[in-house]
Amino acid sequence: MERKTKIDAENGKQEIFITREFELPVDLLFKAYEEAEIVEQWMGTRVLKLENKRQGGYIFETSDPKGNKYIFSGTIHEFVPNQKITRTFEMENTPFGVQLEFLEFEPITEDTCKLNMHVIYRSVEIRDQVLKLPFAQGINMAHNRIQDILRQLK
Amino acid sequence: MNLRRDVFQAIADPTRRAILLLLASQSLTAGAIASNFDTARPTISKHLAILTECELLTQEQTGREIHYHINAKNMKEVADFIEPFRKMWDDRFNKLESIMKKYKTKK
Repeated sequence: MERKTKIDAENGKQEIFITREFELPVDLLFKAYEEAEIVEQWMGTRVLKLENKRQGGYIFETSDPKGNKYIFSGTIHEFVPNQKITRTFEMENTPFGVQLEFLEFEPITEDTCKLNMHVIYRSVEIRDQVLKLPFAQGINMAHNRIQDILRQLK
Repeated sequence: MNLRRDVFQAIADPTRRAILLLLASQSLTAGAIASNFDTARPTISKHLAILTECELLTQEQTGREIHYHINAKNMKEVADFIEPFRKMWDDRFNKLESIMKKYKTKK
């Protein structure tokens, strides 16, 4: 299968680049970031706040199958429709702190576009830990499953 | 030995991945590693042996204790460490794309 999303994470740097091309006009891609209802659908989060303007901000909330809640929030610094969003992002109650995100929306043709995400972390170590997170979650999920199975056996 | 293939076999196991993750931030003794798992100690020892054979871990004798370290050089070859991260974004963006395609036709 074609790998549409590309991650560029050079060793020893505290930044990453995420790029992705979409078979969508650029305004539709932007809308997916702009409208709370749509954000909820593709991010799989609840949107508690989404204030799309300079010095605005956002609060997202997700829950895991056990009902634990996780809050993701940030401040919006630039909001230029169909062009760019500059914002901070933080997973609350984690040691990773805040990261800076530059999102650029770029038309390719009338019906296709490209998203460039440039993410900057406080340190190389934090970047590497965040990159490994989904990997770690996969482990936790596997462990939880094992625990659930063991509990049923008891 | 086909090291590359062995490395991937080594990280295919969730417990071994968990061990690598645990050792990513600190070096630990076998006992300290085992205390993080419900698994029996001999099983953890076996996992440690496999990871050491694949040169993902190195052992260092300090006094009477053996500490396990991540072998950073070989871990770098496992660029697939970030594959789950890429996949997470790819899944999200695929979803975004299909939602917005429907949105387009609805209008």
